[in-house]
Amino acid sequence: MLISKPVADTEKKKIYTPILPGPENWPVVQLSKNRKKFLEEVIAESIGRIKKANASRPALIEELETTLYREKLRITQNPWKVDPDDEMLFWDDIKSKLVNLSNETAVGSKGSEEEILREIVTRYAEEIAGSFKPNSYRMARTLVTYGFSRLLNTSRVKGVRSLWSNQLSLKDKIHITGETEHVRKLAKIGTVIIVPTHFSNLDSILIGYVIHALGLPPFIYGAGLNLFNIGIIAYFMNSLGAYKVDRRKKNTLYLETLKSYSSLAIQKGCHSLFFPGGTRSRSGKIEDRLKLGLLGTAMEAQRVNFEKFPAGMAKKIFIVPVSLNYHFVLEAPVLINEYLKQKGQERYYVETDEFSTSYKITTFLLKFFTKGSDISVSIGRGMDLLGNIVDEHGNSLDKEGRIINTRDYFTSNGTITVDKQREAEYTRMLSEAVVDEYHRINRVFSSHLVAFTAFEMLKQQSPKLDLYNLLRLPEDEQVIPIANFRTTFERVRNEVLALHSKGKVGIAEHLKNDIDTLIRHGLENVGMYHSRRPLIWNKEGNITTQDLTTLYYYRNRMNGYGLEKFI
Amino acid sequence: MGMGWKNLSNKPIGVIGSGSFGSAVANILAQNRDVVLYARKPEVVQEMLLTRTSSDIPLNDRVTPTNDLELVASNCDIIFPIVPSSNFRDLMRQLSPFLHPYHILIHGTKGLDISLPKGMTLQDETLLTRENVKTMSEVIREESVVVRVGCMAGPNLARELGAGQPAATVIASQFNEVVHEGQRLLRNDLFQVYGSSDLIGVELCGVLKNIIAIASGALSGLGLGENARALLISRGMVETIYLGKALGGNTQAFLGLAGVGDMVATCSSTLSRNYTVGYRLAKGENIDQILETMEEVAEGVNTIKIAKRLADYYKVRAPITETLYKVLHQKLTVEEALTYLMRYPFNVDIDFL
Repeated sequence: MLISKPVADTEKKKIYTPILPGPENWPVVQLSKNRKKFLEEVIAESIGRIKKANASRPALIEELETTLYREKLRITQNPWKVDPDDEMLFWDDIKSKLVNLSNETAVGSKGSEEEILREIVTRYAEEIAGSFKPNSYRMARTLVTYGFSRLLNTSRVKGVRSLWSNQLSLKDKIHITGETEHVRKLAKIGTVIIVPTHFSNLDSILIGYVIHALGLPPFIYGAGLNLFNIGIIAYFMNSLGAYKVDRRKKNTLYLETLKSYSSLAIQKGCHSLFFPGGTRSRSGKIEDRLKLGLLGTAMEAQRVNFEKFPAGMAKKIFIVPVSLNYHFVLEAPVLINEYLKQKGQERYYVETDEFSTSYKITTFLLKFFTKGSDISVSIGRGMDLLGNIVDEHGNSLDKEGRIINTRDYFTSNGTITVDKQREAEYTRMLSEAVVDEYHRINRVFSSHLVAFTAFEMLKQQSPKLDLYNLLRLPEDEQVIPIANFRTTFERVRNEVLALHSKGKVGIAEHLKNDIDTLIRHGLENVGMYHSRRPLIWNKEGNITTQDLTTLYYYRNRMNGYGLEKFI
Repeated sequence: MGMGWKNLSNKPIGVIGSGSFGSAVANILAQNRDVVLYARKPEVVQEMLLTRTSSDIPLNDRVTPTNDLELVASNCDIIFPIVPSSNFRDLMRQLSPFLHPYHILIHGTKGLDISLPKGMTLQDETLLTRENVKTMSEVIREESVVVRVGCMAGPNLARELGAGQPAATVIASQFNEVVHEGQRLLRNDLFQVYGSSDLIGVELCGVLKNIIAIASGALSGLGLGENARALLISRGMVETIYLGKALGGNTQAFLGLAGVGDMVATCSSTLSRNYTVGYRLAKGENIDQILETMEEVAEGVNTIKIAKRLADYYKVRAPITETLYKVLHQKLTVEEALTYLMRYPFNVDIDFL
């Protein structure tokens, strides 16, 4: 059998050496070495915040009662495999303590509500905290890299010996582009916070790999608790430095503990990673609105750094937006249906866990590695907490290239001041800068563009239908003649190239191919492993869909560039 | 300038622009703090030093005139830029190298900035979008590193303020800090200061009411009375709210002191520059003759030019603006304009609440 050599990518693959030599220098190792002490800090900080927000005794007790109520509701209505067995016991105990509290007279019982608060916050902090172990990290990382490339070679480099072939590595599958050297430099001089777009549960694993591939020390990151439902992934997550974020818990006590954890870790110089969209993009659109909670902890950490250290000595924090680009998102059909339900004013909505079985994720990984679906990761420009771009020395620059002293943003009358409202406003401004950068570094794939063009053409064919009716379009009206499609697609593609040359969006190399090749490439790749394909050729060679809703999902990736005008 | 400004909380406050409103604001600030008042022309500064008056207003002793922008930025953490909108961007470009993110800027300019793509000129049929038209706070953000930005707007006829009559104003900013500083600095027994977080809305109130003020002057010029003015003001409110919402403001701002308050003051006062423009138009002068003989800028003239094109783009019903545009630029007479407006098919009184 001939060994078919895969088509090599023209770009030269780069190997990045680690920027810090050994684990003993990694901030995250320092953190886990002093885990106990660190958690005590987190607990103290959280209690301080919660008490500040609930200054009077009745207010604090009410906060505790609300938490208890919500937690009991969660346990009965939305239990997960990963939940500890003693949960009900714990909250029953809290309940009886709270009851005792209200039975006692106000005199003499002072302080015990604070004990209850401490008990709950301690439990939350323990639950959130990751337990990073350098050895497991190294092993997990080796396993991921090794395992991935074995799979890859088995499938792409055919033949018996291929299992041991090293022709292909993850680098052929996952393209890392953009400001890679820049982020490495920033990680040496300051604390880096990577903020990726979020489309798939695969993102967490993918970004972990990318951080390693760039030679960066491990980042701590908040991973959805649902990922810890699956034993093997939980193992990787734990060892890769993840801390747990439970999106079902929306009570103040939990959120404040989470924020304290994040803020203190950043203050200690731990590079961190947030998915600032909060959850995966339901619609398939690039995030246009970010959750400000975790981003706000970075803002706060920066101010604390400036407060603690004199000018020039304070560690700077850098925000690095990253865009993850896929032809195929495993969860797309589920996500888009949730989105449509939410948009259709469905009254409530439960945080689901459709990625739950190991079977599903294994099938996905197998498919991913055995078929030619590439992934690209674009690293954006580093920015300071106000969204100003930073140079390679970490200096913030204004539009004219003049250096800005970031400390000045937190200064009033010559001193650093604490002003929550100001910081909330800054965080909003930062989130706008991050969203702009997402759109700029987003890499357009053939699949995104065929999906966009096809969906918009169908919409134009039935101009009177609203979205929901359009998605129920009868089958015989779902066909687009290939000749029309080709003309329109070319127009849209050329506009994307024009946007690209203005620096407003990134493109995959293949986007420069001739139109027919590109259309074929797009159709073959868009949502390629869904049982019902978003786009296919029909018998007459025209273009049609097996699933309009999923097509809409992939179409949304190109939202926000004003391309509708070119349909 | 050895005036004991070493102590940070006693730093002087900067005012940029020594027109009648800038000078009046400098005097109000001087009741609480030392003030540095910037004028672009050295001879104007000389005049101020010599006569201790500015735009016919006697200057408070605590006001120090200067024409050194760098000195203003390095001595003052809080600066009030109050220059005509047509000079505002240029001013910001000159000031920007001396500004830092700790500065607070609260402007008092009631006009819009317009920047056209290269090669484009303003024709009758040109449409404008929010891409091309900016409020002054947006210009500050675009041209400098300053983020803590606010504006000052309200019924503040410069001559009445100059005469020390009681009045009030609104300080608007997304930052509570800016609102509080503004209130602390401006407030005195004769001057009330309200706060708002709708910066764009409050800016637009001040900008758009000038259109209606021109129309109000025109009514007086025609010899009409208060029924007509009340009609104009209430329909003018509706029109500015429509325009304001399309441009990013909230309705609430327009119902407050900076909205209805400023509108009533400017439409009723024969002291107002915009009112004067309208009055003289009705008396038969054309706009070029009027502008030639005016000492200070009437922002409304420029605002009509811009607002008409924005209304066209955003498909906002703005009959008063459009009719005034025709009077200014297409030789419609004020009488014809009035006839046209009286026949305009309005039927619902209020439909924005």
